[in-house]
Amino acid sequence: MARKLMKGNEAIAAAAINAGCRHFFGYPITPQNEIPEYMSRELPKVGGVYLQAESEVAAINMVYGAAGAGARVLTSSSSPGISLMQEGISYIAGAELPCVLVNIMRAGPGLGGVQPAQADYFQATRGGGHGDYHVVVLAPANLQEAADLTQLAFDLADKYRNPVMVLADGMIGQLMEPVELSPYHPAAGLPPKDWATTGTAQSGGRRRIINSLYLYPDQLEQHIRAIFAKYAEIERTEVRYELHQCDDAEVVIVAYGTTSRIARSAIEKCRRLGLRVGLLRPITLYPFPFAAFPPVIERAKMFLVVEMSMGQMLDDVKIAVAGRKPISFYGRTGGIVPTPEEVVKQVQALLGGPGA
Amino acid sequence: MKTVYEKSPGLTDVPMHYCPGCTHGIIHKLVAESLAELGVLGRTVAVAPVGCAVFAYDYFNCDAQEAAHGRAPAVATGIKRVHPDNIVFTYQGDGDLASIGMAEIVHAAMRGENITVVFVNNAIYGMTGGQMAPTTLVGQPTTTSPLGRNRLGQGAPLRICEMLATIDATAYIARVSVHSIPRLNVAKRAIKKAFQLQVENKGFSLVEVLSTCPTNWGLSPVDSLRWVEQNMIPAYPLGVYKDIEGGT
Ligand SMILES: Cc1ncc(C[n+]2csc(CCOP(=O)(O)OP(=O)(O)O)c2C)c(N)n1
Ligand code: SF4
Repeated sequence: MARKLMKGNEAIAAAAINAGCRHFFGYPITPQNEIPEYMSRELPKVGGVYLQAESEVAAINMVYGAAGAGARVLTSSSSPGISLMQEGISYIAGAELPCVLVNIMRAGPGLGGVQPAQADYFQATRGGGHGDYHVVVLAPANLQEAADLTQLAFDLADKYRNPVMVLADGMIGQLMEPVELSPYHPAAGLPPKDWATTGTAQSGGRRRIINSLYLYPDQLEQHIRAIFAKYAEIERTEVRYELHQCDDAEVVIVAYGTTSRIARSAIEKCRRLGLRVGLLRPITLYPFPFAAFPPVIERAKMFLVVEMSMGQMLDDVKIAVAGRKPISFYGRTGGIVPTPEEVVKQVQALLGGPGA
Repeated sequence: MKTVYEKSPGLTDVPMHYCPGCTHGIIHKLVAESLAELGVLGRTVAVAPVGCAVFAYDYFNCDAQEAAHGRAPAVATGIKRVHPDNIVFTYQGDGDLASIGMAEIVHAAMRGENITVVFVNNAIYGMTGGQMAPTTLVGQPTTTSPLGRNRLGQGAPLRICEMLATIDATAYIARVSVHSIPRLNVAKRAIKKAFQLQVENKGFSLVEVLSTCPTNWGLSPVDSLRWVEQNMIPAYPLGVYKDIEGGT
């Protein structure tokens, strides 16, 4: 397919269909409405099902049922809606079902605002709902990457039988950029869905049960340990990140998604001023790219974490840097997107004065 | 030797955990028999609730999914939309369906979702130890309405069949009881009909079954059956509330 100018939300929706997603359940919320709208338009054309649920609570439980029945299934929402879905996401993780979730973040807490934010990082990367589990979290910084990661999300979900979240914000959702969707082939070696509830006539009489209830603590502990063995493998093999101009950088900015784009422009401006600044951009937020840090820590003088929040990924950077170099934080929140100039100013302050 | 009685092939051999005198087991049997008689067990997917029937996935001899509390109709919707040829049913208590899951049941009915709902109304939260439900009778003591449910402030029984029958897209809504053999036979016919309608793609069907909870009612099994007859049925009149085929 040729490159096509698309809105971020549409690129994600189109990529999902391209990856074989045929079922979408969701509830309208700004700023992600182009995803359900696209799905309601396009899914019926390919024999799929779009269903507008009565709430995000219902939508995520429809996703549970559809995933348990073996479908490639998607839901999308924005922050308040994702909060409502947390119960269902916990059940999906507990029952080890594959599905893809999209959170086009807006500012919170509460009803907050509809402008972009990155303040759901904790909720996304720490599990979000109750119990011991993780959601794999992919954070695109441009629309081609949003499309590619959405397709990858379906493969990862099927591979690990775990929910995978594409975490972006209203800026990426609303942006327009050229996107190319190439013919999609599922990752090699994806396991067959022989656990899906399609009726015992399909399974030679073997009953298949989708469940997350384990009343005996020893069995539940064993189940959770098995899930965490998958997480260990995910942490070993699925980490993705990008290093940009880190080789000689004195200040390394750590930022993901929209703020990494701003950081990139800021770095360009800094470099013109002779300031040596680089970018470490996590692409997977869970698993967090801890392994990317040691060589960067060696060379950098300090780190600057930039987020559209009061500092959430900052905690992971602190764990990664482990006190070996100083870390500063610059955050805008409430729906304010920082400008590259603001970030440049921060760097100048850190390096001691304008132009350093 | 002549076989006089056989366990339905719709049930597994797993021993049920229900209390003595609890009619959950009887209702399971009626559901299992209906599925077996319609010849659809091999393509049926059950959705179990959170409540005393949480282990229903172990008892019905078919595939099953365990749903979060109240969410069974949404889970069933997801399953049915992926495999419309599967027979999908939920089995839900009155706390599950009429309290925490009210939105899910009303909207599944509103969509005319082609699923069957077996709604077990025992006027109390059984699993958690006998707390007040939206279906608890006025004056009925529970652990959270120790003086008896007060109409003002705690409200009066929520009549699900009557409510859902007002929704256009429903196909079949009936309330039955299993406190006597004649009633049990009526209940069986209603449950089987509800599944038959799903097989025929007629849309949403729900059968409310008045059920006992001797343990939390503090009554013997026999007194519990009498309590259903004398106290529940007046508050929850039996009958067919909606039948798109015109029967009543
Ligand atoms: C979100 C959530 N809230 C509360 C509970 C606790 N809980 C378990 S079963 C139940 C009520 C069960 O009552 P009912 O649905 O009437 O079924 P019964 O046990 O009487 O058959 C409650 C409140 C839960 N499991 N999950
Ligand atoms: S607590 Fe009540 S509803 Fe639950 S199994 Fe016992 S008698 Fe039945």
